[in-house]
Amino acid sequence: MLELEHISFDVTDEKGQKDIIRDISLTIPDHKFVAITGPNGGGKSTLAKLIAGIETPTSGRILFDGQDITGCSITERARMGISFAFQQPVRFKGIQVLDLLRIAAGRELTITDACGYLSEVGLCAKDYVKREVNASLSGGELKRIEIATVLARGKKLSVFDEPEAGIDLWSFQSLIQVFERMQQRTQNGSIVVISHQERILNIADEIVVLAAGKVVQQGPRAEILPGLLGTTAAVGACSVLEQGGRGE
Amino acid sequence: MMDQIQKRLLEEVADLHTVPEGAYNLRANGATAARSSTANIEISSKADGSGIDIQIKPGTKNESVHIPVVLSESGLRETVYNDFYVGADSDVVIVAGCGIHNCGVQDSEHDGIHRFYLGKNAKVKYVEKHYGEGDGEGKRILNPGTEVYLDEGASMEMEMVQIKGVDSTDRKTKARLAAGAKLLVRERLMTHGNQTALSSYVVTLNGEGASADVVSRSVARDNSYQKFDSRIVGNAPCSGHTECDAIIMDKARILAIPQLEANDLDAALIHEAAIGKIAGDQIIKLMTLGLTEAEAEEQIINGFLK
Repeated sequence: MLELEHISFDVTDEKGQKDIIRDISLTIPDHKFVAITGPNGGGKSTLAKLIAGIETPTSGRILFDGQDITGCSITERARMGISFAFQQPVRFKGIQVLDLLRIAAGRELTITDACGYLSEVGLCAKDYVKREVNASLSGGELKRIEIATVLARGKKLSVFDEPEAGIDLWSFQSLIQVFERMQQRTQNGSIVVISHQERILNIADEIVVLAAGKVVQQGPRAEILPGLLGTTAAVGACSVLEQGGRGE
Repeated sequence: MMDQIQKRLLEEVADLHTVPEGAYNLRANGATAARSSTANIEISSKADGSGIDIQIKPGTKNESVHIPVVLSESGLRETVYNDFYVGADSDVVIVAGCGIHNCGVQDSEHDGIHRFYLGKNAKVKYVEKHYGEGDGEGKRILNPGTEVYLDEGASMEMEMVQIKGVDSTDRKTKARLAAGAKLLVRERLMTHGNQTALSSYVVTLNGEGASADVVSRSVARDNSYQKFDSRIVGNAPCSGHTECDAIIMDKARILAIPQLEANDLDAALIHEAAIGKIAGDQIIKLMTLGLTEAEAEEQIINGFLK
């Protein structure tokens, strides 16, 4: 279980201080698929980074299975069982897909194991294991590999930051299936997905709506989703294309 | 005949545990320690004692030549000329390499001059590794000179690696290509401490359809200095590409000078050069997979130089 207690995060730039997250308290229960949505600039990606340890809160505490991890590094949190899929996956010259999956799994994966994870995200494994994770891969391919690394880790809490961002409609359709399969297996761990996508919100157990750095709504899907339909917090696939899947 | 140090150097530079199969010439501390020729590949000493000639008969296929050099005596300086005459239509692998162990106070230096003359349609894969070790104050110096002459349709793939322990290197490579000839160079270099590495290429494309691809990937750490100077000259309808991609770390310095010279309307030449530090998001990504910052950095470098 992940608990955020009165988390605030602000940044100071030339325009002065800006509150990105304002006193958020939130619980991600075990074995749940939780979607976090809300308008752009509402603080969703920042919240995901605070969970992974990429950003440190200005105030408040983060507890993971009851343990205070507020001061823990990215590495420590990763080793405790938190996984994070980037909104914009990182490219590496020379590192192969297989290398990345091995690092993620923390063990010597066989080619067959690696192929299993790649098939899971809809990539024809034999075409990809030896490919470098570099600029030769498309945005959609990278995104799927990013998700495969999270699957290979198989940890207790997996956080996905806008999996739909920057990919084409065709890739998006098959990504949804990947998340649908994950949803059916939440007994293995909790999933947090930052998303505007109606189809992702539609498979969530719980939905959290974030706006202007605050939680404005939170509850089971059946309660929250009807009020979101038609707003920018729950868009159809075509609007993703129009927006170019832009993040914040 | 060889001691443990020499055996380890041999393993580092040529992946050899014992004497190799096929033709070989092993040079240890300034003298030939072992040699073997085969029916198709003959290795002989030059009359003036300055090095060796390697004659490969036309049509020789799937054979290999190993010519490793190991230096374990401090203060040894030598210049050796190795000339390869590769007959037409042959297809061979040549493995060279030099390992220096210097635990003394005097500098050890090996300057290997390799000249390759490839006949028509001959094909060579050349692998060269340089390695240095030993904790003495004496420097480990390697200044290889390589000349490549490719006749019509010949092709040569060169893999040159220097990852560790060489204090100073000045590497000069020249190549001349006739029509339809093809040269592929993959250089990987890492410098650390106060090392300096200079690497220059001049590749001249003289015949129609000749092509060259010269790519260097390097990592400069600590206070080291690297200079990569690559020039491709197109004198005929040809294609050439050169690329230098470097990671800079700590207080290192890197100078990249890609140059192109086109003397023919149909010479298509491209160069690329990039120098940059390791991207912060690469480190963060690997940390989210459970690596520490230092482990992430090593992983990125190892992948880059793989």
